[in-house]
Amino acid sequence: MPERPTTGQLVPRPPVIAPDYTPGSVTDAISEIVLKKPHTVPWLAAFAVTSLVVLGFLAGIGVLLFVGVGIWGINIPVAWGFAITNFVWWIGIGHAGTLISAILLLLHQEWRNSINRFAEAMTVFAVTCAALFPLLHLGRAWLFYWLIPYPNLMSLWPQFRSPLVLDVFAISTYFTISLLFWYLGLIPDFATLRDQATSRFQRIFYGIFAMGWRGAGRHWHHYQMGYLLLAGLATPLVVSVHSVVSIDFAYALLPGWHSSIFPPYFVAGAIYSGFAMVITLTIPLRKFYGLDGLVTDRHIDNMAKLLLATGLVVDYGYLMEMFTAWYSAERYEMFTLYNRMTGPYAAVFWLVLAINIGVLQLLWIRRVRRHLLSLFVLSLVIQSAMWLERYMIIITALHRDFLPRSWGMFAGTFWDWLLVIGSIGLFFWLFLLFVRYIPMISIFEGREMVHKAAREAGVR
Amino acid sequence: MSLHGLIAEFENSEELLHAARSARAEGYRRFEAYCPEPVEGLAEAMGLKDSGVAFAVLFAALIGAAIGYMLQYYALGLDYPINTGGRPLNSWPIFIVITFELAILFGGIAAFLAVLILSGLPRPYHPVFNVPGFERVSRDRFFLVIESADERFDEERTRRFLLSLGPREVSEVAD
Repeated sequence: MPERPTTGQLVPRPPVIAPDYTPGSVTDAISEIVLKKPHTVPWLAAFAVTSLVVLGFLAGIGVLLFVGVGIWGINIPVAWGFAITNFVWWIGIGHAGTLISAILLLLHQEWRNSINRFAEAMTVFAVTCAALFPLLHLGRAWLFYWLIPYPNLMSLWPQFRSPLVLDVFAISTYFTISLLFWYLGLIPDFATLRDQATSRFQRIFYGIFAMGWRGAGRHWHHYQMGYLLLAGLATPLVVSVHSVVSIDFAYALLPGWHSSIFPPYFVAGAIYSGFAMVITLTIPLRKFYGLDGLVTDRHIDNMAKLLLATGLVVDYGYLMEMFTAWYSAERYEMFTLYNRMTGPYAAVFWLVLAINIGVLQLLWIRRVRRHLLSLFVLSLVIQSAMWLERYMIIITALHRDFLPRSWGMFAGTFWDWLLVIGSIGLFFWLFLLFVRYIPMISIFEGREMVHKAAREAGVR
Repeated sequence: MSLHGLIAEFENSEELLHAARSARAEGYRRFEAYCPEPVEGLAEAMGLKDSGVAFAVLFAALIGAAIGYMLQYYALGLDYPINTGGRPLNSWPIFIVITFELAILFGGIAAFLAVLILSGLPRPYHPVFNVPGFERVSRDRFFLVIESADERFDEERTRRFLLSLGPREVSEVAD
C-alpha cells in the first residue's frame, strides 16, 4: 500500500462521507427522519412561530390587495422600494441551489450529493417567495395574467421588448425547471420511502409520488440521461435568469443602473447570497438531525470557500462600478456615486462595503471556516448585507436623478417590513415541512457515495 | 395463477452485472435488472439502446425556440406593429431572450416526461412487487428477473441457469 502524497496539504481533508456507513445504514439514517422520528419540540416550536409569521404575511397581502400599494413607502421618484429589493434578493438566494445541483453535477463534484437535495428545495421555495413580489407590486395583482401572451378581446400583446416581460418568462421557466429537477431527483427516494414505510398511509402517500418506480435497469438508463440533460439545461438558465433580472435595471437610462457590468455582477451577487443561505440552513440541520457523517466538515469548508470566491467576484463588481463611474467623467454618473458615498443613504453604502469587502475576508482563515457558530453568524450577516446592497442600488439611483426639483426620499413602512419578514417566514415554514416529509438528503446518491468511498478505499 | 417470471436476488452490483451479461449471452432477451442505484455498465450488459431522452429534449427545445421567436415576431412584427423611433420591427437581439427561455422550458419538460414515458411510469402495479423481500431493491439488494414471455424461457432450465449465477435465492414472480 503506497503512502499517499502529502505535499501541499498540511491538514488532511475530512472525507465526504463518514467511513462506517453501508448502503443499508445510509438509507435508514436518512429515511427514518421522515418515516420514524416523532415530532420534536424544537420543530413544533419553529413550525408554530413560522405559521404565525405566515399568517401575518397573508394579512399583509390582504390589506395590500384591498387598499393598494399606497400602504408601502413607494412614491415618485422612488417607485421601486422593498418589493423589488425582496424580489432580487430571493431570486438570488435560489441561484446557489441550482449551482450546487446542476453546475457541480456537471463538474463531477461528488461532495455535492450530500447537500443538493435541500439546496434544490431552497431554490424552489426562494423562487416562490421571489415571484410573489413583482405580482404584488403590480397594484392590481389579479390582472397578472395580462403579462402572459394570449389572444384576447383587447387585441393587445405584451411588449416583448420590455425587460419586465422578459422577467415573466425567465422566472416562470426557472421555477418550472427547478421544480421538475427537484422532483425527478426525488422519485427514486420516494420509492425508498414507499418500500421502507411503517404504516399503510405512508406506503400509499409516498407510493403515489414514486409513481411505481422499481429501480429497473431501463428506469435508471433513461433517468440518468434525463437528469444530466436537465442539469445541462438548468446551467445556462440560471445565468440567464439573473441577467434578465439585472437588465430590468440596466435598460433604464438612470445613472447607477445603466451599466453593462450588471448581468455578471448580479449573477455573482446572487450565488454569493445563495451560498450564505445554504450555510445558514446546513449548520442547524446537521446539528438537529445528527447528519455529521453525511454532511461533513469538508462540505462546510467547501461551501465557505465558494462563499469567499463568489464574494470576491462581487467585490470586483463594486470596484468596477465605481471605477466606471469615475472614468466616464459623466456628471450624473459621478453624482450618483458621490451621493451613494455621502448622501442620506451613505450609512447603507458603507455598511454593505464593510461587510461584503471587509468582513468577508475572515473566510481566508481556516479556523473561521471550520468554526460552525462563527460561520453561521457570518452567513446571516452576509445575507443581510446582500439585502441592503439591493436596497442601496435601487433607492440611491432613484431618489436623486437628473433634476434636483424631482428629488425625494424613501423609507419603508410597517407594511413593507411585514412583507419582508412574512416572506422569510413563508420560506422557513415551507422548509420545515420539507425537512419532515421529504428526505432532505438524496438517499440513492448517498448509497452511490458509499460505494465510491468503498471502491477508493479498496484501491488504496 | 400465471407466472410472470423467475427472480434471482444478489448481494452486490458486480454479481448483478455478471448475471445480466450471462443472461444475454444465454440468449434471453426479455429480462430486467433491478438495483438501488445506477450501476455503471448495466445498460451495456443488458444490451439497451441509447436512451431516447436526448432526442426528445433536442426536438422539444427546437420547437420551443421556434414558438418563442415566432410568437414575438407575429405579435410585434405583424399583428400589432409599433414603430419605435424607426427601429426594425423584427428586433431579433431582444427576441433572443424569450426564444432561449422557451427552448429551455420545452426541453426541460420534455426531459421529465420522456424519462417517465420511456420508463413506463406512472405504473402503480407491477408483478415484481408481489415478491417477498423485493422492497429491499430500494435499499441494498439487486435483482434479476427473466420473464416467462421470453422465447427461451423454460421454468426448469431457467431456474437452473439462475441458480448457476450464485444468487442468494431464486423465486417465482406471480403475475
